[in-house]
Amino acid sequence: MNKGVSHMSTTTLTKAMKDSGARRKRRVEPIYYLFLLPSLVLFTLAITVPAIIGIFFSFTDSIGIGDWEFNGFTNYIAIFGDPAILQSYLFTFGFSTVTVIAVNVIAFLLAVGLTSRIRMKTALRTVFVIPMVVSGIIIAYVFNFLFSNSLPSAGAAAGIPWLETSLLANPDLAWIAIVTVTAWQAVPGALLIYIAGLVSIPGDVYEAAEIDGAGKLAQLLRITAPLMAGYMVINVILGFKGFLNAYDIIVGLTNGGPGTSTRSIAMTVIAGFNGGDYAYQMANATIFFIIAILISLVQLSVTRGRSTL
Amino acid sequence: MPKQTTLDAGIRPASRAAEPVNTRRPAKPAMERINWSGTTILVLCAVTVLLPLYVTLSMAFKTQGQAVDGNAFSLPAPFSLDGFVQAWTLTNFPVGAAMSMLVTAGTVVATIVLAAFASYAIVRNWERKLFRYSFFYLLGAMFIPFPVVALPQIQLTGRLGLDNPMGVILLATMFQLSFSVLLFTAFLRSIPLELEESARIDGATTWQTFWKLIFPLLAPMSATVGIFAFLYAWNDFMMPSLIISDPALQTLPVRQNLFQTQFSNNYHVSFASYLMAMAPAIVAYLFTQRWVMAGVTQGAVKG
Repeated sequence: MNKGVSHMSTTTLTKAMKDSGARRKRRVEPIYYLFLLPSLVLFTLAITVPAIIGIFFSFTDSIGIGDWEFNGFTNYIAIFGDPAILQSYLFTFGFSTVTVIAVNVIAFLLAVGLTSRIRMKTALRTVFVIPMVVSGIIIAYVFNFLFSNSLPSAGAAAGIPWLETSLLANPDLAWIAIVTVTAWQAVPGALLIYIAGLVSIPGDVYEAAEIDGAGKLAQLLRITAPLMAGYMVINVILGFKGFLNAYDIIVGLTNGGPGTSTRSIAMTVIAGFNGGDYAYQMANATIFFIIAILISLVQLSVTRGRSTL
Repeated sequence: MPKQTTLDAGIRPASRAAEPVNTRRPAKPAMERINWSGTTILVLCAVTVLLPLYVTLSMAFKTQGQAVDGNAFSLPAPFSLDGFVQAWTLTNFPVGAAMSMLVTAGTVVATIVLAAFASYAIVRNWERKLFRYSFFYLLGAMFIPFPVVALPQIQLTGRLGLDNPMGVILLATMFQLSFSVLLFTAFLRSIPLELEESARIDGATTWQTFWKLIFPLLAPMSATVGIFAFLYAWNDFMMPSLIISDPALQTLPVRQNLFQTQFSNNYHVSFASYLMAMAPAIVAYLFTQRWVMAGVTQGAVKG
């Protein structure tokens, strides 16, 4: 029955289109609603409703269950004076910044290498992409072993005192381990984007530069780097956005420690669920949400500008 | 040295697959010399990339005695499967693998089908407000990181009886939806309407047109969308660890935290377990690397 209806309306549709030349006032076939509806309904239930609930409760004193009362901006005001929260923001932004820089420098250099005339090009590229397909938490456990066992014994053998104890147990240095593992996993994504960019630079640009007497380094700095600026912007924004949500790798390496020195924003929010400050952490999450929106808006405006090029 | 050989042996068969992306300056093969110093540096970098994976592999095949002696880089001697045998029962690997496969397959299929459905409806009715606004609405999730809505989602899934792999499939799919709809709609706009009209003149309904004509045309995009959904669902720790309340229903990545709390000195067991959880994704990647690389590039540039 359904088939018959939609069949009829398609024929009238094509007829109407041919007759009028425009398709302004045609009726929407019901089946299109059926195509769209599951996504709309599930999306609303799974994301929109929880987001609204979260923002709503950020203005209350709820502990997650039982009675609650509105308390206005109390949670928000408290957050700005909470050293634990401020520390998690400081750590997360600092860690993200360092990681973004490390990832982009490494990925860019690797991409230049992988697109030059080298041997085993495809094999090397295959290897460099592997970290992307590996589970973050599991590789963090593997690195955890290396940082707490292998690296200290190597440090002891080489006589480097600060390496003799585990990096992960040092509140001042644990972030290095987190940056290392996050970068290890994030380089491939950036690398592939840089390779795509490098491949799109026509070879005759370099030939012309060579005829003009530009050396390899000058070519890299004066031609390759400026032409890759757009790809760098994409990589920096995508990377930064991802690193701000850091959770899995930190759980696997330090679980936020020692103390709370490597606790990310995501970990602080989640910890609120067990800690009884549900509403308080929802306010925290709302602030985090606003920051995420601001970064996405920057991303949109930048990539919009790019795609018209 | 042994790392070098594994690198070569493991990668060769697949190298053919990635060839087409690789030709930067095809016109003048003999003009420039092979850059040997560059090759050497890159091989050394590749070794550091492989190091943690090599350690996982070698630790997994050690005996308990050799695993605790502290040298992570030695080769297993003697070669032992004891770690795998113990890991299999300790983590209840068959159930964990089944849960991971269920969550992954469910997320991949649901993401591709729902996103393709919605994208098709949106693109073909773009002049209608409802469809146009729906597009921007669905895109909204790109602004919302999971941690932001995690707490209410934990509560809601608990109340609705979805604190299990089904809930993870639902949420993971919804978080993948924005990006997937973006890719699908961009691709659908490039398909000429005439193609569809000829099918309709032959009497095909919209439903038939979608499945027989549009969906097959979307295949390359479905591959990209599917690869992202696969990598996310198979590897994620955060969402299943928070949403699935019954430990018996946990996915493989979450099960590994067993070795952080108990059995923490049975390194050969834990590494065997890590290996079993990581291997499927790595093997799948080695076979499909051409699509993975193309998909990631495309996804990042478009998304």
